[in-house]
Amino acid sequence: MKGLNFHIAKREPMVWYKNMLVRAAAILASLITSAVVIMLLTQKNPLEIYASMLSGAFGSSLRIWSLVQNTAILLCISLAITPAFKMKFWNIGAEGQVLISGLATTCVMMFLGDSLPYPVLVIAMIAASVLAGIVWAVVPAFFKAIWNTNETLFTLMMNYVAIQLVAFFLKYFVKSGSGVLEPMPQYGLPVLFGQSYLLNIIIVAVLTVLSYVYLKKTKHGYEISVVGESENTAKYIGINVRKVVIRTLVVSGALCGIAGLLLVGGTNHTVSTTTVDGRGFTAIMVSWLAKFNPFYMVLTALLIVFLEKGAGQVATDFRLPGAISDIVTGIILFFIIGCEFFLQYEILVSKNGKEND
Amino acid sequence: MADVAAIELKNISKSFGKKIANKNVNLTVNRGEILSILGENGSGKTTLMNMIAGIYFPDEGQILIDGKEVVIHSPKDAFRYGIGMIHQHFKLVDVFSATENIVLGLKEKGRFNHKAAAERVREISSKYGFEIDPMKKIHEMSVSEKQTVEIIKVLYRGADVLILDEPTAVLTPQETQKLFDVLRKMKDDGKSIIIITHKLHEVLSLSDKVAVLRKGEYVGTVETAKTDESELTEMMVGKKISLNIDRSEPKNCEERLVVKGLNCVDREGVKILNNVSFVAHSGEILGIAGIAGSGQRELLEAIAGLQKVNEGEILYNNPKTGSCDNLRDKTPVQIRDLGVRLSFVPEDRLGMGLVGNMDIIDNMMLRSYRKGKSVFLERKAPKDLAEKIIKDLEVVTPDAKTPVRRLSGGNIQKILVGREIAAAPTVFMAAYPVRGLDIGASYLIYNLLNKQKESGVAVIFVGEDLDVLIELCDRIIVIGSGSITGVVDARTTTKEEIGLLMTKTAESQGGEQN
Amino acid sequence: MLAFLVSAIRLGMAFLFGSTGETIAEKSGHLNLGIPGVMCVGASCGCFAEYIYLSHAKLNANAFLAIIIPIAATLFGSAVMGLIFSFLTVTLRANQNVTGLALTTFGVGVSDYMIAETGPIYTKGSRYFTMSLPFADDLGWFGDIFLSHGVLIYLAIIIALVTSFVLTKTRVGLNLRAVGENPATADAAGINVSRYRYAATCIGCAIAGLGGLSFIMDYLNGNWEYCIDAIGWLAIALVIFTVWKPGLAIVGSIIFGALYIASSYIVGVSFAGKEIFKMLPYIVTIVVLIITSIRDKKENQPPQSLGLNYFREDR
Repeated sequence: MKGLNFHIAKREPMVWYKNMLVRAAAILASLITSAVVIMLLTQKNPLEIYASMLSGAFGSSLRIWSLVQNTAILLCISLAITPAFKMKFWNIGAEGQVLISGLATTCVMMFLGDSLPYPVLVIAMIAASVLAGIVWAVVPAFFKAIWNTNETLFTLMMNYVAIQLVAFFLKYFVKSGSGVLEPMPQYGLPVLFGQSYLLNIIIVAVLTVLSYVYLKKTKHGYEISVVGESENTAKYIGINVRKVVIRTLVVSGALCGIAGLLLVGGTNHTVSTTTVDGRGFTAIMVSWLAKFNPFYMVLTALLIVFLEKGAGQVATDFRLPGAISDIVTGIILFFIIGCEFFLQYEILVSKNGKEND
Repeated sequence: MADVAAIELKNISKSFGKKIANKNVNLTVNRGEILSILGENGSGKTTLMNMIAGIYFPDEGQILIDGKEVVIHSPKDAFRYGIGMIHQHFKLVDVFSATENIVLGLKEKGRFNHKAAAERVREISSKYGFEIDPMKKIHEMSVSEKQTVEIIKVLYRGADVLILDEPTAVLTPQETQKLFDVLRKMKDDGKSIIIITHKLHEVLSLSDKVAVLRKGEYVGTVETAKTDESELTEMMVGKKISLNIDRSEPKNCEERLVVKGLNCVDREGVKILNNVSFVAHSGEILGIAGIAGSGQRELLEAIAGLQKVNEGEILYNNPKTGSCDNLRDKTPVQIRDLGVRLSFVPEDRLGMGLVGNMDIIDNMMLRSYRKGKSVFLERKAPKDLAEKIIKDLEVVTPDAKTPVRRLSGGNIQKILVGREIAAAPTVFMAAYPVRGLDIGASYLIYNLLNKQKESGVAVIFVGEDLDVLIELCDRIIVIGSGSITGVVDARTTTKEEIGLLMTKTAESQGGEQN
Repeated sequence: MLAFLVSAIRLGMAFLFGSTGETIAEKSGHLNLGIPGVMCVGASCGCFAEYIYLSHAKLNANAFLAIIIPIAATLFGSAVMGLIFSFLTVTLRANQNVTGLALTTFGVGVSDYMIAETGPIYTKGSRYFTMSLPFADDLGWFGDIFLSHGVLIYLAIIIALVTSFVLTKTRVGLNLRAVGENPATADAAGINVSRYRYAATCIGCAIAGLGGLSFIMDYLNGNWEYCIDAIGWLAIALVIFTVWKPGLAIVGSIIFGALYIASSYIVGVSFAGKEIFKMLPYIVTIVVLIITSIRDKKENQPPQSLGLNYFREDR
């Protein structure tokens, strides 16, 4: 048995710029791959495709607003799940937590909109959505903390309970039977300077900073890190792990509640089963790719939204089905997920039996 | 037969990142021969054997089997060459039966037949005198039963080279004797046996040859008949060392910690501590000796508030207030809130005492981060402490912001012990604090413990090296299978006396079982 | 009542394919959250192939080919999805949850794209899949329940039974379970962990893909609906519901099917109330999840290393 032998070993951590270089290379490779895929489907010049993508994302002020707004919402959900993930609590139920908060907001708008003065209404919306988000997150956390119930599967199921509740709500309360609830912009969150998305963006920007501070600078954040790294250590220094798990999921759920509020109260002014549109799952990628750092998450969220918008534009420009944007997003995620390997491991090549001759 | 070695290693080297585990190791073992691999903890014994067993792949060097060079990429390859390894940490699937574990991965002809396989397992066990129920699930088994399954597994596969990694660490003397009988039988069958150990008397009683490793390097091989304990020790540690640990007379002894009738059971309901009572005095080092896994860990964890206590009391006499508090059923935080200054260096440094992925400063905060009412962390004091420890204890690290995982074992331990001492404890507990440390670092730890003792702290030291226990401690309690089997004065006792006490309960219990 | 049961079985088999496939993957230690995407791809590949075949064959379509071609396409398409998952998680050691979710995004995209190109009506092809055994009509209710189904229904049950047999009674099954429980042990016993995980995931995905095909071609009679991913998540729920036992999943899948459609057959349930009924499978799964975790019985737990990648030299 002679010849080349591949053999994989854990590597010393890379310096930061090499780290960035590998990631940039992965994104580049993924862009090339997706362009090739689109090219095969359209027979068009790849440069045209990129141009179309850019125009889809940045082509007009409206598009830029929409890009930033979508980034803000995705970022908000990512911020929400980050404390849980940092604690190694696999909360893949953000989809449901956001949706149920959206439903709660909608209920307040629909049933109390006329009877409450506007400022009280806004407070009621905030309270309802945050509370709903917390309930949806804390139930699995409670069982995880007490009986170690698998949270990945539990939160996953909770998503669909939320979706069915929304479906029920729409069929029950929408008199026309169409299942589509007319938007109620009159009860929406305040509009700043005539820019309907500005408030959302500002709130999320503030939340990003707060999240960073919470995770890195507070005792709570520190406890989250310790529990996530080693439960044994947490117990050893007297952290009440159950309490931290539940408390962190309260925070996580509350932030999901805010995301739901912004989506319904600040953007759509109505709710449907697709209001969250998979962002609860995409957010996991955003958070994980950014290594749970809120500031990096701004970039990863922007990247993913840019891709979706850009690919959507490509679909319009070249008369492709809109689903192309999901395909492109998928491809790019594969590349970014895969590139982590090259940051953590190195491939050693050795020639067996020759070295010692 | 002796012309060609069953296994020959030539210039084997292996490193993990920057850490060198083995360097230029040469070994031979013949058919019908028992070879001991002797070395201190962390000398690279297990890594070396893992390379023969296909778990790791050597960076450099050759492995020859029956004189022919081979490449062992996987355990499967190793098995093909008739090599079977019994790991220290058992490699068994918990929810499988003994038989299922034994036949796992085999390419026998025909369909898998649980009953027929179980019958074969029974045959092998009766041939060698093992007692085992082949259909019993692993998670229902005791430690020695699990080891039996591991050994039968290798025999079932017809291995002719057996590697055993610290097989006696978890066994009672009777079980050890039985195991040795089996090994001798196999040797007479013409099999080659490699046994990893750091127990000298086992080496001398069992093996034909001894190969010694020291810090990953190969020191040499000697024939057992032509050597003795002192020569082997010298090979193992490099130079003949008398420990010469400074020991002062205990001063101002007060009863600091009184443990009365402590009983604990583990999750499966097995008794792990049986009516344990003792007193730890201030200004004294109390040693705890015993075979690994006799309940030492649970005892310390019970005191620290990490282990549920079923019966008994843990009384703490507070030197400041003069009050006497019962620590039983209190959480670590409640214990601290009582004003009990208890420091604990656990056995599992990175899994319990420290967080590997956090830097030194953040690890300093583990103990102190709660201080103050603010919701924010205060990093200034921990930073100062980290820098002080790095300087005072000569920790080798690029800076205080380096994750502790990337430091060597000795430096990790310095950080942990340093942090625990910085809490100005009145009771200081340390479990195997010098395990895996080099001589220099070990002495540094001994000195730190002595300083604690001199400043009036009640020190509890769980150790495995009897020489150290005898030279460092003032009194030694010996624990066997969860019970205290004796308390001796370290200044007058002998290794033989302690060794006898260590096996006393184990023996009587073994007798009950048979 | 009879129609209800038949309908529950037809829907249940879509769940059964999915859960059998996921069980195989999970037994190897892979928590594949990409199953919903895989089922979408499986369904669309099958439908796509059927569309191509029928538009080529025109009126001369052969029933056998009209069944076997879509099935082959489904198996191929979903196995490729499994290959992507395995490559990322085994070879590149990526996080399984994240990879699975990305796979679902990708899979839904691919399938929507293919449907936009060809669909969304495949009733012609569906006829071949809903042909029942010739003598079913003569046997009354017995025939209706046991013999009236299309080929995929029987295939689902056969695959579940075979999987159950392989997992519990064969060497391959033993090895596979060992890989999922304790890969280090399996490795030490000479089992190629990577190969087993690759194979289990690809085979599992291929089987799950058939669930998508069964849902469209059999249950929906060829009318495409954009909710296959929801079926996929239910299939994952079914794995937990039946505590990783494919044999049990045969019954479980019919229960799930029944719960899912019960509202349509119970008199007096409002239009909106149906949505509450559809919630039941998820609620039931949550309850099972909680009960098994409280009872903490070794035999009913998820494979011990589920979701964890294995790297031999990790220290």
